[in-house]
Amino acid sequence: MKHLLATRDLRRDDAIMLLDTAEDMADVSDREVKKLPVLRGITVVNLFYEDSTRTRISFEAAEKRLSADVINFAAKGSSVSKGESLKDTAQTLRAIGADAVVIRHPSSGAPQLLAERDWIDTPILNAGDGMHEHPTQALLDAFTLRHRLHGRDGARGTGLDGAHVVIVGDILHSRVARSNVWLLSTLGARVTLVGPPTLLPADTSMWPARTTYDLDEALADDPTAVMLLRIQAERMRDAFFPNTREYATFWGLSEARFHALGSEVAIMHPGPMNRGLEISSAAADSSQSTVLEQVANGVAVRMSALYHLLSGSQEGAA
Amino acid sequence: MSQRTVLLPADIERALVRIAHQIIEHNRGIDGVVLLGIPTRGVALAKRLARNLASIEQQAGNELDPASITGQLDVTMFRDDLRRRAPRAPQPTRIPPMGVDDKTVVLIDDVLYSGRTVRAALDAVSAVGRPRAVQLAVLVDRGHRELPIRADFVGKNLPSARSERIGVELAEIDGADAVVITDATDTQTREAE
Repeated sequence: MKHLLATRDLRRDDAIMLLDTAEDMADVSDREVKKLPVLRGITVVNLFYEDSTRTRISFEAAEKRLSADVINFAAKGSSVSKGESLKDTAQTLRAIGADAVVIRHPSSGAPQLLAERDWIDTPILNAGDGMHEHPTQALLDAFTLRHRLHGRDGARGTGLDGAHVVIVGDILHSRVARSNVWLLSTLGARVTLVGPPTLLPADTSMWPARTTYDLDEALADDPTAVMLLRIQAERMRDAFFPNTREYATFWGLSEARFHALGSEVAIMHPGPMNRGLEISSAAADSSQSTVLEQVANGVAVRMSALYHLLSGSQEGAA
Repeated sequence: MSQRTVLLPADIERALVRIAHQIIEHNRGIDGVVLLGIPTRGVALAKRLARNLASIEQQAGNELDPASITGQLDVTMFRDDLRRRAPRAPQPTRIPPMGVDDKTVVLIDDVLYSGRTVRAALDAVSAVGRPRAVQLAVLVDRGHRELPIRADFVGKNLPSARSERIGVELAEIDGADAVVITDATDTQTREAE
């Protein structure tokens, strides 16, 4: 694996290998010394063109636990705001001697561009690009779900066969939803997408998922997990629904809907949560909620991705 | 490709019984001894050694659960050639419930060659605790060390050429026990053709 750009082209074997390696990485986080020498001497650049605290901290923790040297590059206040292009930035990173680039970009396809052009020849890890994909988020969701299904000890080597995941909310703008649709179905899970007609893409016929506007109908179909997406006010330039109260009524996981679900159903959210809008506090704070587990697992999954992208990168050199 | 078998199942069994006796003798008993196998074949060997230790102890009137002193130690993350090798999924590390702090850890591997795996294993052990002492047991020592490392317990010294490949086959993984030497020069010629 040279780059990790999307889950759409990830093979089942590779996905399971990434998740299995993350199991070992998670063990490291339980130890007194949370550090492995795996990436010693390697420089990883976190190139963030878009604000993100959660993902950047998670990547930084992962890189540091693997002993990499970390350079954080935030576009805001940098030469990018002076008009520097992605190409120039990439060439600067090459000159600095970056060994891998973790990139978040508001434009879909920016990581792919970086991977395909010869501006820089390092593994590229997509940390979220526009409305396209967010592969490590989907991997950490799958990792969390796998633990819920098979337990921590029995998860190794397994997929998500037989699981039913309901993803609710702003599917249209969500790269998390896109990455999850592909990865979950590759791992054998059934996916239902739920949202207001204005927040579902016009054509999902090529997606391995069913779509519906009716949340209660989807919740009645025996879900293994319900994944709530954040209503992303910053990406909405038009009115996609009349008001937040109406959204909460029809598509929010209210206390009543939450209590109607079985106690085994996992409640997932990529964070940050809008409490009272897409998720009620009762659901968010319940023992079924995996929100903090997802954050913790994010570090392990990113360690695994970095390890697989950077090992064997000089194959044949010796 | 020339191939010859240097150890038969009975030879391997004898070597493991001898190593078990040596471990007991060297440590004056097995109190505080933990066996950590290095995946893949070191783990199978560790389990056999633990069974041998248990049966020797039983003859002396002591009960020992072999599983309670056996674990596995993955060294993948501690290797120094990560970027030069094809990626490989690490195996889990399993430490017995008593841990390794102030214990005598015996690392077990099938073949001792450059010593780099053992160096990585020493780092891996120190990441999980601080043993009182670390010893090394291997089924085959084939020489060609690149680091100042030697084994405390050796099943068979097998001086070999660098071009040769030593294959350890164990019933648990390969279906039958054997140690086989293959001359890799032939293989390379064949692959080049």
